Amino acid sequence: MSTNHFRGASRRSLLTAFGAAAIGLSFTACGEKPAPSEGGEEAKLNFYNWDTYIGETTLGDFKKASGVDVNMSLFATNDELFAKLKAGNPGFDVIVPSNEFVTRMAQAGMLEALDHAKVPNIKNIDPSFLNPEFDPGRKFSLPYTWLLLGIGYRKSKVKGVPDSWKYLFDSNQYAGKIALLSESADLVRLSAKYLGHSVNDIPADMLPKIEQMLIKQKPFVKAFHDDNGQDLLLSGEVDLVLEYNGDIAQAMKDDDDIDFVVPKEGSLINSDCLCIPKGAPRPNNAHKFINYLLDAQAGAEISKTILYPTPNAAAKALMPDDYKNNPVIFPPAAIMAKCEYGAFEGAEKASLYEEIITRVRAA
Amino acid sequence: MEQSWKKAKAVFAAALGPPLVWLVVFFVAPMAIVWAYSFGHNVGLTEISFTGTIANYARALEPLYLKIFVKSAWVAALTTALCLVIGFPVALAITFASQKAKTWLLLLVMLPFWTNLLIRTYALIAVLRTEGYVNQTFEWFWNLGAKVAPLGAYQPLELLHNNFAVILGLVYVHLPFMVLPLYSALDRLDKSLLEASLDLGAGHLRTLFRIVVPLALPGIASGILITFIPALGAYLTPDLLGGPDSQMIANVIERQFKRANDWPFGAALSFLLMYLTFIAIAVQALLSRGKKKEGVG
Repeated sequence: MSTNHFRGASRRSLLTAFGAAAIGLSFTACGEKPAPSEGGEEAKLNFYNWDTYIGETTLGDFKKASGVDVNMSLFATNDELFAKLKAGNPGFDVIVPSNEFVTRMAQAGMLEALDHAKVPNIKNIDPSFLNPEFDPGRKFSLPYTWLLLGIGYRKSKVKGVPDSWKYLFDSNQYAGKIALLSESADLVRLSAKYLGHSVNDIPADMLPKIEQMLIKQKPFVKAFHDDNGQDLLLSGEVDLVLEYNGDIAQAMKDDDDIDFVVPKEGSLINSDCLCIPKGAPRPNNAHKFINYLLDAQAGAEISKTILYPTPNAAAKALMPDDYKNNPVIFPPAAIMAKCEYGAFEGAEKASLYEEIITRVRAA
Repeated sequence: MEQSWKKAKAVFAAALGPPLVWLVVFFVAPMAIVWAYSFGHNVGLTEISFTGTIANYARALEPLYLKIFVKSAWVAALTTALCLVIGFPVALAITFASQKAKTWLLLLVMLPFWTNLLIRTYALIAVLRTEGYVNQTFEWFWNLGAKVAPLGAYQPLELLHNNFAVILGLVYVHLPFMVLPLYSALDRLDKSLLEASLDLGAGHLRTLFRIVVPLALPGIASGILITFIPALGAYLTPDLLGGPDSQMIANVIERQFKRANDWPFGAALSFLLMYLTFIAIAVQALLSRGKKKEGVG
């Protein structure tokens, strides 16, 4: 799941579109000679982040507070991050992989264990985020944001609330007005969820059933989108779209005929996490920076800019009501209880899911 | 000519050296690595071991992927045929235009190259979508007509997210690739042959098919080749303009390298595509050699 989203209007930037993200952009002024800080590390830090995924003043504020100069480079997909670090760390100190990739990279020995003693701001994090299955005990990662898949829809064109995956996966009621995310693992997992199974450990005999269901549904699907579902919804191209809550929350600002629902069967949660890659040249600064990002004030500053749900309880408390009480950004607890993280289940599974969707699309 | 470069070996080497190094370092070497991948398999999450296995090719030749190859070839062939049908009259018109107009017309043909392919594709989306310019225009006329006759509400045309949009996008993108070689072949045509044909009683159409087309055949062949090959590997157009069943082989390859993290299989698929390209070029070379021999004999 969630291997490769250009998440949201914000994170999915032109940069992604042009495939130029690999180049990376340096935001810091050149020529300033960094002074060595404590621990014998020079006062520098290489941060590898999603595009538009940081507060406007965060990096400058951190420099003021600690003297450490942050050099931020950008990636567009988890695959890109993984590929870049696959052959060895080219010098990054802090990276932001999603949950499944935290497991994947930890298994591949690409992450450094975190020293929780150096990150006192862990206390700010909502305790429900502190022991996820994808990283038990938060050994390698700390949560930065989370996201939830659901159905974005145009209220005036849809009867009632389309609160089931049925409308997307197993019904011709909205034929030709549906767009699905072109993520094979997400589609297979959510189909399993619709059929009453967990998104993980899908039994082998359920897969042909899922495949048949999606092949049957395909004629009613208008398009498979690359996480630009909110644009398809805004332009009237489709009326129902499989998208992330944050993306639809942003679209709702432009068009009040749009709403978002997490289907009653439950959904997939993703979480982007702060990690230190193996071989990071400045682990002390990295811990300091992670601690700073988890600070209440700094976290609120970030949420204000990026508008994704934050796992930082202290930062959330500082946010205005239209963020805190937004049911799209923070769906009700009853429905959240039915949502699960998609676990990393090995490369073979990823390949298998990919082949299923290739078959569906070729059928 | 054969002798001259042998006499000036140093000059020749100096001229050839840099591009050759460039070609080896940035094309041959990376391609060789990807080629080697196609005979390997994934070990763990980050390693690929080169075992010389042909399992990737065997998988790529399964009916599922063969079907996608065939579909891609179909789409590319249809694109090429449409480009030829549309491009030939354009090239002919440019050939017979006045010298001054010719320059401008050629510039117009090349103008789209000044804009990034992605921007042009997004522009097509804005034109074709349900509330795009085409539908808006039709709706305006429809509503105008509705004032005099009872027409009912306007039903927007489904122009985007289907195979039609993919073909339209591909033809739009590849048309210059067809027009330019056709033009260069037609421009070299000896115009007196056309006059002779017309003088001897052949009509315009007959002259076109009996004189112009055979003489322009090498241009047509190279136009077909350089339209068909990129169209076969088209990735962006089916991805952005296509519907749920518009996937082409390049989309499958992309997903193998990224989401499925199966580089060896992706490499095998890419190289199958490349082998097909080589075959197409070889066939074209054989044909043109046959033509030359025929001409001599």
